[in-house]
Amino acid sequence: MAPADRALTAHLLRRAGFGTTPAELDSYASREYEEIVEDLLHPERFPEVEDDVLRRYHLGLNNADTVATWQAHWVYRMVNTQRPLEEKIALFWHHVFATSIGKSEHAPSSVFQIETFRRNGLGDLRTIYLDLARDPAMIFWLDNSENHNGQPNENWGRELLELFSMGVGNYTEDDIKSASRAFTGWTFTQPLPLDPYGRYSSEFIFQASDHDGSEKTFLGETGPFDGEDIIDIVVKQPATARFISRHLYNYFVADEPQVPAWNIVQPKDPEAIETLVDAYTESGGNMGSILRVLFNSDFFKEARLRRVKSPAELVVGTVKLAGTYRFPDPGLASLAGATAVMGQALMTPPTVEGWHTGKEWIDAGTLNERVNFAVNQLSDVSTPGIRSLFGEMAADGSTMSAEQFVERCLDWVGSLTVSDDTRRELVQHAEAGGELRFDSEQARDESSARLVRMLQTIVSSVEYQFA
Amino acid sequence: MAKNGKPPTLVVVQLTGGNDFMNTVVPYSDGLYYDSRVTLAIPEDEVLPIDGSVGFNPNVAPLRELFERGDMAIVQGIGYANSSRSHFRGMDIWQTCEPDTVATEGWLGKVIRELDPETRNPLTGISFGRGLPRALSAQDVTVTSIGDLDNYGLMTGFSAQQQRLEALDLFNRIYTPAIGSGPVAGYLARTGLDVLRGADMLKKAPETYVSEVEYADNPIAKSLRDVARVHLADLGTRIFYTQHGGYDTHANEARTHPRLLTELSGAIRDFFQDLRDHAAHENVVMLVFTEFGRRVRDNGSGTDHGAGGGAFVIGDRVNGGLYAEYPSLEPSQLEQGDLRHTYDFRGLYATLLERWVGVEAREIVGGEYEQLPILT
Repeated sequence: MAPADRALTAHLLRRAGFGTTPAELDSYASREYEEIVEDLLHPERFPEVEDDVLRRYHLGLNNADTVATWQAHWVYRMVNTQRPLEEKIALFWHHVFATSIGKSEHAPSSVFQIETFRRNGLGDLRTIYLDLARDPAMIFWLDNSENHNGQPNENWGRELLELFSMGVGNYTEDDIKSASRAFTGWTFTQPLPLDPYGRYSSEFIFQASDHDGSEKTFLGETGPFDGEDIIDIVVKQPATARFISRHLYNYFVADEPQVPAWNIVQPKDPEAIETLVDAYTESGGNMGSILRVLFNSDFFKEARLRRVKSPAELVVGTVKLAGTYRFPDPGLASLAGATAVMGQALMTPPTVEGWHTGKEWIDAGTLNERVNFAVNQLSDVSTPGIRSLFGEMAADGSTMSAEQFVERCLDWVGSLTVSDDTRRELVQHAEAGGELRFDSEQARDESSARLVRMLQTIVSSVEYQFA
Repeated sequence: MAKNGKPPTLVVVQLTGGNDFMNTVVPYSDGLYYDSRVTLAIPEDEVLPIDGSVGFNPNVAPLRELFERGDMAIVQGIGYANSSRSHFRGMDIWQTCEPDTVATEGWLGKVIRELDPETRNPLTGISFGRGLPRALSAQDVTVTSIGDLDNYGLMTGFSAQQQRLEALDLFNRIYTPAIGSGPVAGYLARTGLDVLRGADMLKKAPETYVSEVEYADNPIAKSLRDVARVHLADLGTRIFYTQHGGYDTHANEARTHPRLLTELSGAIRDFFQDLRDHAAHENVVMLVFTEFGRRVRDNGSGTDHGAGGGAFVIGDRVNGGLYAEYPSLEPSQLEQGDLRHTYDFRGLYATLLERWVGVEAREIVGGEYEQLPILT
């Protein structure tokens, strides 16, 4: 088998991960495509990010009391992980099961939730739901701790069906009531208070005395259901297979309309959704198996630059190009701050519906932030990624034409494809400065400044906003 | 035209999550209210009476000042038929006026297109806060969305002015041809070019603003202060939009709801005071809305999603008072345990569009709905 196509590999790693450094891309692209997919689906084949060093430099992680530190921790993992899909799927579930720390102000439980997504995010949907229903952050977020026998609180019951599994139009108000009753008594232990020990985590607990064990009818089945029964019924619904498939498609393949439209607007590529639904059915809802089908499909391979990058993708991808933050630098928290001002504060989605994606990532304010961020990350030739690129360009000492120069820079930016118009402007801009020369110190200084300007222009382009 | 000769301006404040209208404008003389709100009723002696049957939550006191001045209309029981009780569908319906299908264009996006069909001014519509609400989005419409007014602008990282101008020029050159390159890329390119133009104009707002009003330190106060700064800079903005979140009070409502109402009411009072101090209030009308009210009966700690809610219209040109009917709390009159709406929100939109903003409403709201005499 031949090594994978370089541009296709870059596409895969933008989707199944957060992009690559140029060196990582070289290394991935030396192998077969299917083999790369298998490695991505088996994160356990690669070492974990070592938290020890990070903890030494970011003491906040040890008593876990600030969310900013944990957001930074997550971005650090996205940048440095050798298991890109593990972080990408954790962010996927964070999108779908959007839980905000804004309500609990309790960092350990939000961190625990993301850790759960990391651990089982590629596993069976049944396990994922069960862990979610027992997750203290979720229980508090959707008030299941206020869901009592005889006095149900419908928040979790409703969103489980509306936003997490089946979607509007596939259940009745009575189904919501039954589901809510089935989850009565699913609550958490009160965490120790903040002072004087810092924040401690909380644990799931089942309060049998507060559980409504009476008979319920749910999606046509009747019995003395508890929460686990509800999840068993939910995962076998075709509506769930379809709903999760559309989510996967929207996140990994191409932008779709937003979730509230799904019971009205048909998928853009119905055949692709059917393929994913079949994979769901055949694997009993195993996420890894569905993703294997997805990444190996033609509809995935053909969907290059068909999604608007999420802020996390833009920030992490740009930092990986720059080659910065390979070590827990003090500025790490500013990266999490950057995703926030672009509209994606990690662990703080705007509502339980999660972030609106695609075109809705972009408005005047967020585009402003995206462009400025990328330009500022690549503002100096001493940036490790740029220094190394410049070193390669200067190594043989020969000159470089405007076309070669633009080509080289586009390839460096993850094998980016741009429109003819953009290419023409870039080449024109490069031509204005003449050939790129490296034969004297002055020539090298000029060329390195021009390289920085070219890279900055490329990462502020329209095309760079797409994944 | 407003009395000060300036074009009418609409400020929309979205209360995200479903404000508990029953605990905002309280039916304090109705025994059924106290029967239903076992945990969360506002005691009768704390209510600030409007008339013999309804009164303000005490935390709304700053708004009561505006009400007593005759500058605030309360539209009771506002909503639409068959409320979905989903935040997201609910908000979509309010933002697009399409209860049955999913629309991509927002009502205010269409208004902005009417006001500025050739997008001469990228600041005709401005949203403050992160994320652009669907209400403002429409094909070929420019809306400026500002997270941080004080740092708005491209390529601000360049310290050398000449380099920055070159970078802006190059940005302009690669974004201009991308306008025709497909729906999303084209939108993106147009947005980028609008940022270029808008940022240039907006620089004036923080530079020229001087005020005696001290806004509180919370997000809605900050947003309304930004609205005031841009309005006072006279940049031609006709539609301002901002949001105040956290109204989804399923639990612990007794603690959160009073705080939200206090922040909101104080911010609105300060905003209008600021405008009045600058004699810039006469051409501003504010709409405060939420996606639905909450369930009549509380759940012991909070309230679940309901149907009929309430909206406020505030401004110098407003005929203050109570409008439409407060929905009945009689069990037989409820709709699945919720207040039945008594007035269609599209009528209020039509009122604001035709009697204030000055654009024809029919196409935008999708039909003819009963309008209210709330504007002088």
